[in-house]
Amino acid sequence: MILVWLLLIPFVGGLLCWQGERFGRGFPRWVALGTMMAVLGITVWLWITGDYSLTLLNGQSPRWVEEFQTSWIPRLGISFHLALDGLSLVLVALTGLIGVVAVACSWNEVQRNVGFFHLNLLWNLSGVIGVFLAMDLFLFFFFWEVMLVPMYFLIALWGHNAPGGKGRVFAATKFFIFTQASGLMMLVAILALVFVHYTATGNLTFAYEALLKTPMSASTEWWLMLGFFVAFAVKMPVVPLHSWLPDAHSQAPTAGSVDLAGILLKTAAYGILRFGVPFFPNASHEIAPFAMWLGVIGVIYGAVMSMSQNDVKRFVAYTSVSHMGFVMIGIYAGTTQSLQGVIMQMLAHGISAGALFILCGEVYERLHTRDLREMGGLWSRLPILPPIAMFFTAAALGLPGLGNFVGEFLIMVGSFKVAPVITIISASGLILAAVYSLLMMQKAFFGPTQSTEKLRDLNFREIATMLSLMILILWMGLYPQAILEITKAPMAGVEAIYAAAAKTPAAAVAGVLP
Amino acid sequence: MTRSQLLAMLPILFTSATVIWVMTAIAIKRHHWWNATFSVVGLNLALIGCVIAYFVSPQIVTPLLVVDSYSCFYMALVLATGLATATLSHAYMEGYDGNKEEVYLLLNLSVLGGLVLVCARHFASFFIGLELLSVPLYGLIGYLVKERRSLEASMKYLVLSAAASAFILFGMALIYSQTGALSFTDIGARVAAVTGSSYTVVVVGGAMILVGLGFKLSLAPFHLWTPDVYEGAPAPVAAYLATASKVAVFAVLLRYFIEAKAYQYDLLLDVLAALAIISIVVGNVLALLQDNLKRLLAYSSIAHFGYLLVAFVSAGSLASEAVGVYLLTYVVTTLAAFGVVTLMSSPYKSHDADTLWDYRGLFWRRPYLTAILTVALISLAGIPMTAGFIGKFYAITAGVEKRQWLLLAAIVAGSAVGLFYYLRAMVQLYLRAPWVRKYSAPLDWASGTGGAMVVALMVLMIVLGVYPQPFISAIQAAGLH
Repeated sequence: MILVWLLLIPFVGGLLCWQGERFGRGFPRWVALGTMMAVLGITVWLWITGDYSLTLLNGQSPRWVEEFQTSWIPRLGISFHLALDGLSLVLVALTGLIGVVAVACSWNEVQRNVGFFHLNLLWNLSGVIGVFLAMDLFLFFFFWEVMLVPMYFLIALWGHNAPGGKGRVFAATKFFIFTQASGLMMLVAILALVFVHYTATGNLTFAYEALLKTPMSASTEWWLMLGFFVAFAVKMPVVPLHSWLPDAHSQAPTAGSVDLAGILLKTAAYGILRFGVPFFPNASHEIAPFAMWLGVIGVIYGAVMSMSQNDVKRFVAYTSVSHMGFVMIGIYAGTTQSLQGVIMQMLAHGISAGALFILCGEVYERLHTRDLREMGGLWSRLPILPPIAMFFTAAALGLPGLGNFVGEFLIMVGSFKVAPVITIISASGLILAAVYSLLMMQKAFFGPTQSTEKLRDLNFREIATMLSLMILILWMGLYPQAILEITKAPMAGVEAIYAAAAKTPAAAVAGVLP
Repeated sequence: MTRSQLLAMLPILFTSATVIWVMTAIAIKRHHWWNATFSVVGLNLALIGCVIAYFVSPQIVTPLLVVDSYSCFYMALVLATGLATATLSHAYMEGYDGNKEEVYLLLNLSVLGGLVLVCARHFASFFIGLELLSVPLYGLIGYLVKERRSLEASMKYLVLSAAASAFILFGMALIYSQTGALSFTDIGARVAAVTGSSYTVVVVGGAMILVGLGFKLSLAPFHLWTPDVYEGAPAPVAAYLATASKVAVFAVLLRYFIEAKAYQYDLLLDVLAALAIISIVVGNVLALLQDNLKRLLAYSSIAHFGYLLVAFVSAGSLASEAVGVYLLTYVVTTLAAFGVVTLMSSPYKSHDADTLWDYRGLFWRRPYLTAILTVALISLAGIPMTAGFIGKFYAITAGVEKRQWLLLAAIVAGSAVGLFYYLRAMVQLYLRAPWVRKYSAPLDWASGTGGAMVVALMVLMIVLGVYPQPFISAIQAAGLH
């Protein structure tokens, strides 16, 4: 039942925010903050009290730490099934955290229609939590789409019309169409999987556990895997399908960007880990080299593109593309080590990219520009913000001792055994990361100043937000064991499925590839 | 005629009585509120009659009509749509300075035609129903006789609809000439035995009927009238045109296919599949740059019937269930969308609020009305939590079950394109308008019956989207086998 609360609290909180605006602008903000604090609190409680060592995908049926199931649409074999294991838990916790941060960072920025803004923000978070918890494919798709509409509104109504861009409505529409079109392909694949299972067993069901062991021919498996893969690749985003991301980020309000980079991109990686690989192990194994090369292209392309950006939010967006390339490599390397690295990378990137977007927003509030060419010399004009920016840039470039380093390091180590060439090439991404990060620092904070006028420094709320994120990144960098332990069991499960697929004779997939 | 046959005919009898009753009432004294109430009461009685008919079904009443659970469901759907249209018309017609009352008369007549159509099992009742459905529409579309667009739309519909009816009639004659049968089941049995040149005649006859029906359902490439007529027709009539008239025609089409066993003819299915793809492409592409909400909804309805045809063509075990669910969700959603347009244009003042500019920034003036239109647009786009998603889900399920990958690709591509214009319309509602708008729903829009009806539709859209099981069970019970 506690899982239902995780969904309901933001949902109801959103309604309260909307209707509560009549009590003043402060009311929705406090309600939203309280709501996300409650979600975060519940996940922390679950983290402390639950036993996550047993959750496993391999062997018999999956075992969940928490579960909730009730009949929904029995005609089509659909049930309302939520479940939680270590993988879901860390991502839901991240969602709670990013939610709190997103509410905090829009405290001053959003002045118009505060109630409706928080309604959209909270419903979006509710949808994301649903994605992380759903164990019925219909329900999963349901939440996958539900989280889009509020995000669309966040970008279209509270976004910026960045100069040179095509406008916030354009960006929001592009984001929506990209994800929805690929989502429908996934829906077709889901239904095809369900019917394959139905023809094989005579049992019409959308349940995750039942569909896991669906027998199917190699070519069917390939096509279905592609349907899922495209949807997740668009959301991740993988390079040829990434073009919505910089647009969406550059036009979105700060909270929208934080939300997008912090958790929405993670739903894709989660989807591959939870559904893509376990449903189609053989086909995933076949596509792994291709996917990893896509990851390498993403790492390098994102890094190179970010060097030439003048809009600081587009810069962060392209660094996200680069970091998500590592996630792609790690997932398809498929060793426990690399998969755990993927989780670390997702969490650390969620926090560091979120923090960088908040810093962009704070600079924008003070300078009214996001153009790097109009910044310069900010270090002398602001006492506290630049060092914080330095910290998170260092985190993003993978400085040892901070969370991102652990993630990238584990992904590299784990992938090297599987694909040494790919790993070596992708390692150049680390060097490029240092280059583009320092370039950005140089352009924004050092060099000649545009003016000597002092700017308003961070207030208590902003410092508190930043400080807590810094502590978290440090904690993840210095003592990653806490997170690694929780995600060990599910990741080992994914590895086991992978390893089993690697052993199947090539004859099983003969005739699929030319 | 036995007692249970009479009971089965109750919806049709009640509606016929309502027609006469309303006509008499108008003759005695013109009074807008009373006449509207009379017809609404009559339609409600007919709706209760549907429930009674369901308990005595199945009944074959004369060789012409059959009242089974399937026709009960579609009769109820047509009646409910008629009711919604009547309530919407009441708010709308308040501002019309001519004779207001005949709207209800024409509407009831048209509903009666729809009821006959969904019960038809014979070419004669098929044609009578179709004409009874369409002819009052000429009057309804051109009801605002002082407005040029309305008259133009009426003339356009009159000419094209009559041509389509002629096609259908000639097609029926051709089929009759070779089979000597008029009832659906007999035709099915005898067509199977027809060979050689007679077979060609039957094919030509079938094609002509298909052309006529394609026109009535506004499937591309027979869709050319749709946007103009929707734009010119008074908003509540456009709502009726987009829902009840199409639902009744589609219901009889499905019954014909199942009773005449037409599903075994691959040629026919291929033609329908081609129509589906053309409709999806044409509807979605032409809607892209529409600045007129009524035209946009017209093109969107063309595309939706393309999706519906996909469910229809890939008729596996799910055929009538998928079609039923899709039609239900489509009707609820479309009525809500047109309902908001009607409320925005009520009371009638020489022009409907139909350009997207009229809706710009509506959220800041009428937030709840905007919420309804938003949900309707999201539902038309087929996003989860709304009725439209369940409909689209069924269409895709039917397609996957029959492995119609090409049709599925059309649905996916069409939906992606469709999103663009639904979102484009939706975001207009929330953008700040730089000046005061000419059109806005009256402040007390929700207190009238029309407003209450639209609110109920929104609730229904969300309930259908979140918990569709009871509706699915009902539609399953009303399936054709």
